[in-house]
Amino acid sequence: MRYAETGYNLEIDLATGNIERVATDPKIMSQHLGGLGSSIKIHWDRVPPEVKAFDPENLLIFSTGLLNATPIFSANRTVVTFVSPQSDTLAYPMMGGFFSAELKYAGYDKVIFRNKSPEWVYLYINNDKIELRDATHLLGKGALETQDLIRAELNQPKAQVAAIGLAGENKVFTASIEQARSSASRLGGGAVMGDKKIKAIAVRGTKDVFIARPEEFMGHMKDVTDYIHFRNNNPLPDVMTIMSGIGSPQEMLHTDEKWHTENFAWGNARTRRRDFWTDEIEESWTKSQHGAVKRLISCFNCPQHCGALVSPKDAPRYMAKCFGKLTYAMAAYVDDLDFGWKILQRASEYGVDSFSTPQILAFAVELYEAGILTDKDFEGCPPDKEGRFLWLLDRVARREGIGNILADGVYFAARAIGNGAEAYDHNTIKKHEQLPVKLGTLDPLYFLMYSTNEKISITQMEGQWPQSAFPTMEQRENFVKDWPQLPDDKFKQYVLDWDIRGEKAIPYYPTPQIASEIVDWMETMHNIDDACGMCCGMSSFCFKPPYHIHNYPKLITAATGMEIDEAGLKKIVERSRNLHRAFNNRRGMSRVDEKPPADHWKKRFPELEEELLSTYYTFKGWNHDGIPTREKLEELDLGYVADDLEKRGILKNGKN
Amino acid sequence: MAKIKKKIRIIKIDADKCNGCRTCEVMCSSFHANPPYSSNNPARSRIQIVTNRLKDIWLPVMAGEYTESECMGRNKYVIDGKEYDECDSCRASCPARDLFKEPDSGLPLKCDMCEHEDEPICVKWCLVHALTYEEREEEREETETPQPNEMEVGLQALASKHGLQKVMDIVNRMAKKG
Repeated sequence: MRYAETGYNLEIDLATGNIERVATDPKIMSQHLGGLGSSIKIHWDRVPPEVKAFDPENLLIFSTGLLNATPIFSANRTVVTFVSPQSDTLAYPMMGGFFSAELKYAGYDKVIFRNKSPEWVYLYINNDKIELRDATHLLGKGALETQDLIRAELNQPKAQVAAIGLAGENKVFTASIEQARSSASRLGGGAVMGDKKIKAIAVRGTKDVFIARPEEFMGHMKDVTDYIHFRNNNPLPDVMTIMSGIGSPQEMLHTDEKWHTENFAWGNARTRRRDFWTDEIEESWTKSQHGAVKRLISCFNCPQHCGALVSPKDAPRYMAKCFGKLTYAMAAYVDDLDFGWKILQRASEYGVDSFSTPQILAFAVELYEAGILTDKDFEGCPPDKEGRFLWLLDRVARREGIGNILADGVYFAARAIGNGAEAYDHNTIKKHEQLPVKLGTLDPLYFLMYSTNEKISITQMEGQWPQSAFPTMEQRENFVKDWPQLPDDKFKQYVLDWDIRGEKAIPYYPTPQIASEIVDWMETMHNIDDACGMCCGMSSFCFKPPYHIHNYPKLITAATGMEIDEAGLKKIVERSRNLHRAFNNRRGMSRVDEKPPADHWKKRFPELEEELLSTYYTFKGWNHDGIPTREKLEELDLGYVADDLEKRGILKNGKN
Repeated sequence: MAKIKKKIRIIKIDADKCNGCRTCEVMCSSFHANPPYSSNNPARSRIQIVTNRLKDIWLPVMAGEYTESECMGRNKYVIDGKEYDECDSCRASCPARDLFKEPDSGLPLKCDMCEHEDEPICVKWCLVHALTYEEREEEREETETPQPNEMEVGLQALASKHGLQKVMDIVNRMAKKG
């Protein structure tokens, strides 16, 4: 009897159409939990470093998390893993929605695709009945449209469908996988899905998911629920409105966007508009949002409602969440939020990442204005800002004309275009577009998170630590009060000491050692979430969240029957993280790749940055190049990884 | 004739507040598992969220009576410009659809209002308050409807399955033999 997990994976060989239901080794849970953790293990075992994103051997895994489809609130993430066409590392974008729970109810923890299908197909999982079905009639259909077409075709209104749009079909490097109000967007999962000729996966499940110790589990669940009520009734003071509650940043609910619009950069991650949020803008944006948002909606089994059903003025309905409403408008320098809703609809149907894609479009506009791209490249493009962005989005999704080059993302496009275009690629890390943030002084925490994390995207690393120091001691004291989530009380003192200027301010405070401790804490929590399938909006990406290092072990123990304490839980995710790291190291990633974009901060501190990196590497048990040492790997029962890295000459003498 | 008081238990559904999370389905099936909370499976839930996302339809429906045959016709509701599919608001476990049936056996499911709890479990766990619980008392005239005994219930089931005439024929035959 397996608890919380189902104990079965689906293995799909797309080349032959062979489908197998494979029982998994129960030991994997004690070594890697599930979700991202156990998926990393499969990639390490089966995908050698020579395999590129569009090779048949690249695995594409859709994974549930350990706690998905248990009654615990907000564990609804599907983790999609694959070698990325953009970064060439192991990417793991995640989506909320309803897919992972349905997959577990169908009786599977993961769906593992290998090879490529000769024809376009979609996978239909209906409990034990699984088939690859012809998808040629769905080609060119929108990612959202496809989901409803498949539900109607199967006469399964309760089936959950994850689909790609035209961008995925065309292997656009920023293509996403869309599902309900969610998407797995970053690093080109949609392109890998398209390369394998999978248009969609539909799943319907009507089986039971079991809990090992029901009474104990419900006791912990009550505590979590009480805390959710408490946090919903007590928003935090002294932080920006969208971050004062729990759940993802509440951008579909709140209309106050002063913080984003004035602190994030507009255009190609270029300009801060510090006086943007006027009374007129506030009035117009509030009206636009209230007109567009029909209803606030949730993911599976979550009491928050971070998403929305959106009905734009002159475009079909769709669902959205979080920051996408702003990214296109800001990248295009368009001050009208109606444009944001409209273009996001088209982008969602094409199925593209709404962080990376707007920056690709803004990058193209800059190149055109600089004369590097010409009228010939922009032939047929409308002259207005809005029309230009829509036109460019069409070209990218369809890989037409200049769009074919832009579709590989800013890094590769800049090098393909040449003629000075490389200088406009100023906001990528490991070839991946970052949030458009341009700030003043280097922040040591963000420097480490940006540079070193396997996610290569800040929003899945940060979260529980304030984004800047509180100006007054009273605010600091207020913040550290009632902070049961802390792994150690010493973090309170760090908040109290942290100043906005002077010796105890950025870039020298938090010190490299303290910065390492804070970053490690945040990464650990994200990795626990990613293994459990927990939405980080209710955990690691939110101040004072309902889930934390002290209640996670109790929940996991009660759900699975596997006794685990805090130290044991930390060790498991550290093991998976180091295995992930080693997977990327084996593909060539090392210290030279671990740097933020050159002008991310106006004031840089090269010596301090080197010290930060070295201190953090030492803290993590990695060598100067950022490779886990044999000692660290053996401590985590990963001796076989050390052997492999030594055999390949990546580790020498176990250390260097 | 004497008056008696009857407690009417009501789940008030404010469909406009439903955020479509389906926690009610998870918790209903979890509570009714044996032992309670040892498993969950929304397909076994006695409350289902009828969903059509782009039409802005999230409609919680509780399982009502089992019916042997489907309705003679169908109807469609249009409310506030939203067209609901056929049978969307119907509570019956009915041969016309899969809703409200145990997934393994096909046996009908029926909401029991979580009889011995203070309030139904789905209400308790609906944190967005789309579901609320109300009770009221109704006075009714006492009618002397005799409760069927065990044998009658059995006979009714046989009659329902085979037809009353057939049962009577067999009883007659048995009586003659006796």
